[in-house]
Amino acid sequence: MSRKAATPSASPATVKAAKPEPVVRFDTVGMRYGRAPEVLKDVAFTLAPGSFHFLTGPSGAGKSSLLKLIYLAARPSRGRVELFGHDVAQVPRRDQPFLRRRIGVVFQEFRLLEHLSAFDNAALPLRLSGQKPAAYQDDVRELLGWVGLGKRMHAMPAALSGGEKQRLAIARAVVNRPELLRADEPTGNVDHEMAVKILRLFLELNRLGTTVLIASHDRELVEASGMPVLALNEGKLKRLKPGTSA
Amino acid sequence: MSEPRPPTSARHRPGPLLPKDRSRDFALHFVVATLCFLACLAGVGALAADRAAQGWSRDIRGEATVQVRPKANETGAAAAARAAEVLAGVKGVQEASALEREKAEALLRPWLGDTPLDDLPIPHLVAVKLDPAAPAKAADLRRALEKAGVDGSVDDHALWLKDVEAAAAWVRVAALALFALLTAAAGAVIAFATRTGMAAARDVVEVLHLSGARDDFIAGLFQRRYAWLAAVAGLWGAGAAALVSAGLKALAESGGLTPALPLAWGDLIAVSPWPLVAATVAAIAARLTTMRLLREFA
Repeated sequence: MSRKAATPSASPATVKAAKPEPVVRFDTVGMRYGRAPEVLKDVAFTLAPGSFHFLTGPSGAGKSSLLKLIYLAARPSRGRVELFGHDVAQVPRRDQPFLRRRIGVVFQEFRLLEHLSAFDNAALPLRLSGQKPAAYQDDVRELLGWVGLGKRMHAMPAALSGGEKQRLAIARAVVNRPELLRADEPTGNVDHEMAVKILRLFLELNRLGTTVLIASHDRELVEASGMPVLALNEGKLKRLKPGTSA
Repeated sequence: MSEPRPPTSARHRPGPLLPKDRSRDFALHFVVATLCFLACLAGVGALAADRAAQGWSRDIRGEATVQVRPKANETGAAAAARAAEVLAGVKGVQEASALEREKAEALLRPWLGDTPLDDLPIPHLVAVKLDPAAPAKAADLRRALEKAGVDGSVDDHALWLKDVEAAAAWVRVAALALFALLTAAAGAVIAFATRTGMAAARDVVEVLHLSGARDDFIAGLFQRRYAWLAAVAGLWGAGAAALVSAGLKALAESGGLTPALPLAWGDLIAVSPWPLVAATVAAIAARLTTMRLLREFA
């Protein structure tokens, strides 16, 4: 599109395309549980589409609370949280699932469904969005092969090793090609070699256009990645230079 | 634990999204089946009681009794015979017959025992059998007696009829109340089971919720599970009630108890909708409970 086309008479869609909405925007967000002191204080940041960030901070700094706000598992006590341009406080409950489907979540403790096979766990988001097995089974097989679980797709989670569970949780998070991937300590239960492999996986997803936010304690990994860092400390957020950690 | 199998290109059948809990499901099956069994028996009992009450009403409505007072120059038996002749000719009367003294005494024996009744003024009665299609009214009988110059009082058993009909109405109300109570109990049991089922599968429900499942989709999982469970349990309960009812009917027929327990084979069909009723109650209870509990999630 030429610059001449972007005149004041251009449609809102044209203007929007020229300046895409941030995937995540926090504006002076505070959060507390009950009457306890705030765990997040005046947090403000944006995640641009296609960006890659690490979220670091000591235990109790508020990382999990911030991540919960991002996947709509909690609500802020004050301030404004926007996802894909929507103020989450204004999104009706019946529409929230459609917002969640745009976010891939890797939980710290995997949270795989123990009664389902690796294949069914990985396919869960597709199934919940109403797709039929015939439509997704080839894609899921291919994805499981990509994360190194091609020969384990019929195994139950209890039979998988920690690393396999981690990769399965990642496969589940990315199977429906989410616009935002958020992972909580995705390398916390694996050795360094596996951690590097998982990081490569996230970088590959990011290269394909997914916005990535990873909470991690792994300083070595964060510094090796060279990616920008959001550091939380006592509920306050600051941006660090790429490749550094708090 | 299933062993890994090599991937195949065959059509994949996904596993159930909710984990099974066989021990709790079995207990729930038993409780719902028992409630359905009792509800079905209550229903069949209500039908039999209604039929018995209708039979009693019909019998009472189909008869009248006339007490005749003889004139000075007339014997009681002659007056009763004359009254019977007059009443037999009234429209709506099938048959009228004077009650012989021996039969009247026999009717009094249960109350008076072996006491000699020779000196007792036994009332002179006429038993009137009315046409069930168009029974004569008490006023018609009185008018006919007056016209023939017979002094008598007509009892059309209206007092008894009122009592019997009131008793029948109470039986129907009691059966309906029992039905409502058992249905509510079944609903409460399913609601409780859904609550405990959701608590047991809370992690699963939360993962589904956070993975983008709509509330009504998750509610549908619980709704279908408990509706199916209740339908199967209802089938067992209704089947057992039908068997017990059939046994009671056979016993009643062989023991001559049919008038007291007038079950019909058709009554056994009344239990057939119960699996559907149980499934509907379970589906509603499970849905309402799940939707309420899901509001606890952000």
